[in-house]
Amino acid sequence: MTDAVLNPGAPAPKAAPLSAREALLKKRHRSEMWFRVQGIAAIVIAMIFLVVLVGRIVVQGYSTFETHTLTVPVYINPERVDVTALEGVNYDYIVAEALMKKLGVQDDDLGTTSAKIMDLTSRDFGFQLLNKLKADKSLIGKTVDVTGSVKADADLYYKGEIKRSTAEVDRKLDNQQLDWLDKLRTDGTVKAGFNTKFFSNSDSTEPEQAGVWGAVVGSAMMLVITALIAIPVGVLAAVYLEEFAPKNRWTDIIEVNINNLAAVPSIVYGLLGLALFINWLHVPRGSPLVGGLVLALMALPTVIIATRSSLKAVPPSIREAALGVGASKAQTVFHHVLPLAMPGVMTGAILSLAHALGETAPLLMIGMVAFVPGAPESFTSSATVLPVQVFIWENASERAFHERTAAAIIVLLVFMIVMNAAAVILRRRFERRW
Amino acid sequence: MTRNPLAFPLSKGHAMPTENRDDTIAAHAPTLASAIPAGHGHVTTSEFKIRARDVNVFYGEKQALFDVSLDVPAKSVTAFIGPSGCGKSTFLRCINRMNDTIPSARVQGSIEIDGADVNAKSVDPVVLRSRVGMVFQKPNPFPKTIFENVAYGPKIHGLATGKAELEAIVEASLKKAGLWNEVADRLHQAGTGLSGGQQQRLVIARAIAVSPEVILMDEPCSALDPIATAKIEELIDELRNQFCIVIVTHSMAQAARVSQKTAFFHLGKLVESGPTEEMFTNPRDTRTQDYITGRFG
Repeated sequence: MTDAVLNPGAPAPKAAPLSAREALLKKRHRSEMWFRVQGIAAIVIAMIFLVVLVGRIVVQGYSTFETHTLTVPVYINPERVDVTALEGVNYDYIVAEALMKKLGVQDDDLGTTSAKIMDLTSRDFGFQLLNKLKADKSLIGKTVDVTGSVKADADLYYKGEIKRSTAEVDRKLDNQQLDWLDKLRTDGTVKAGFNTKFFSNSDSTEPEQAGVWGAVVGSAMMLVITALIAIPVGVLAAVYLEEFAPKNRWTDIIEVNINNLAAVPSIVYGLLGLALFINWLHVPRGSPLVGGLVLALMALPTVIIATRSSLKAVPPSIREAALGVGASKAQTVFHHVLPLAMPGVMTGAILSLAHALGETAPLLMIGMVAFVPGAPESFTSSATVLPVQVFIWENASERAFHERTAAAIIVLLVFMIVMNAAAVILRRRFERRW
Repeated sequence: MTRNPLAFPLSKGHAMPTENRDDTIAAHAPTLASAIPAGHGHVTTSEFKIRARDVNVFYGEKQALFDVSLDVPAKSVTAFIGPSGCGKSTFLRCINRMNDTIPSARVQGSIEIDGADVNAKSVDPVVLRSRVGMVFQKPNPFPKTIFENVAYGPKIHGLATGKAELEAIVEASLKKAGLWNEVADRLHQAGTGLSGGQQQRLVIARAIAVSPEVILMDEPCSALDPIATAKIEELIDELRNQFCIVIVTHSMAQAARVSQKTAFFHLGKLVESGPTEEMFTNPRDTRTQDYITGRFG
């Protein structure tokens, strides 16, 4: 129609017959329908993957949050305790003796029974006794109640992970040990409860004592370093590039390179950190400081890109308004543009931090893969972080570590959900809906 | 709005000899500006606030303005008219150097305000813009409160020494902009919560608050309804007693209603300029005539 009006000389296009137009209309509706179906299918597939992923982790990991503790009255036999050398006493045997008494069994000369009993209780009992005696030597010759975890294998039996139906040679606990465990549970010596140790303890060679506390503290300290470096440097770099820098070949090159850096594999940042921070600047290896520095390098391009795009999204009319009343360039940016861009900046920053939180590969390069049985005391002491803890446990041979792997992943996911929620809340707070 | 621009009350039979007109050609010689007889537009040399000579503006390779020379009288309203893309906004933005913010823009020629070149190295654009306020096409209040909007300019320029003084400036500015009665009880509410017309008056109050000498308005009513437009026009008429006002408009009727002097731009050139009455009754150039009678543009 419009063509005909614009070109009066051109012949008017012939209208398609009615039936043909209806057919065309149907075809258009069909193609729209088909597109919608594809879209819904894509969402369903994505949801299935997510449910399978999270479901598997939860199913594998939730049992970690339950644990079995054993309470036993221990007679501290003065014959076995040398007051002058408390450290040298075989406390494990004293505990085993108490349990043998409880179970009504006798040790043989070779100590077979006591060895089997010791396989059921955590080494923690011995340490508890030692600490008690160190604090109060008058306990020698008395009976004290000691509560501690059962060994990881015993715990797995109680949780049904080790089954009696499995051939005896194929499981770590023999029939006799299983009988004892059953007996201890029925008489109430062993109780099930929430596994607080998993949250309050750090890594340990014994799965029943291993927890994520050290890794959580390590992750938090590392993120503090990352945030303190990546956010100010990234935001200021973005503000300068977006608002102040002349648009020429050099800034173009810088922009392209920043975008490329965002796509560099994270392990490369690990190598860079190894060469730059550890070999050259001698930052202690495996510390939250060096980890934070490496992750800050990695997060920087993302922060810059997010900040630049949210600065770009601020309407130019605001800049004109500020410049129009005689604000300087810096006043325009810092009084008006940046505050308006803040929700986007914060979201970008927190999401890049959340990404950094889950990063493992570069941290392995800078020696964060060591066994660290405690929370880091300072930014320069050795530390482990959640994803690396997951990696270490997953590689452990003991079966009980595998459920802890899944549990640590759950903790990591919760950590990330909290951070993302913080991003959403911050966004809502900063966002001025005028 | 519906008024025919040609129905503007005209002083009949005042067709001026072309050589006496304050148009592009005549304005090349500054002395000729005084050739405009007194009693027609009441413009004399000393009353010119802004004096532009041979202004050329380039956006990269593209030239947007060609040798524009124009005098803008003080304490009156000058309207720039012309079809879209004719360079009238570009010229307006040269006066307070807003074109500096466009990296590819290049300005040649001289624009003087009270005899001082605005493009001189010694002129700080920040100071210039406090003397030459600007109102934009779309109302653009800051996403802050009404009070903060008006107080921002005085604050950054250090015009008020205390809170009381600042409040006085805000009140005076809002009163001058005819907005005080409507917003007095909600100064600390969002400026963006006002209606379009109120927002535009708020923006004018914001511009007035720094006591500028010149106010540039870039199509200030194009986003407003007729009632809000009428209010802004009324306001412009009141403000011209205190400020030199330059307004870019697409509405011939508006130019005819509010301005004392009109300049017609076409394809980057100043075609002609002169007292508004004359421009609308007896345009010298056929392009002007065609444009104001609605034959093109």
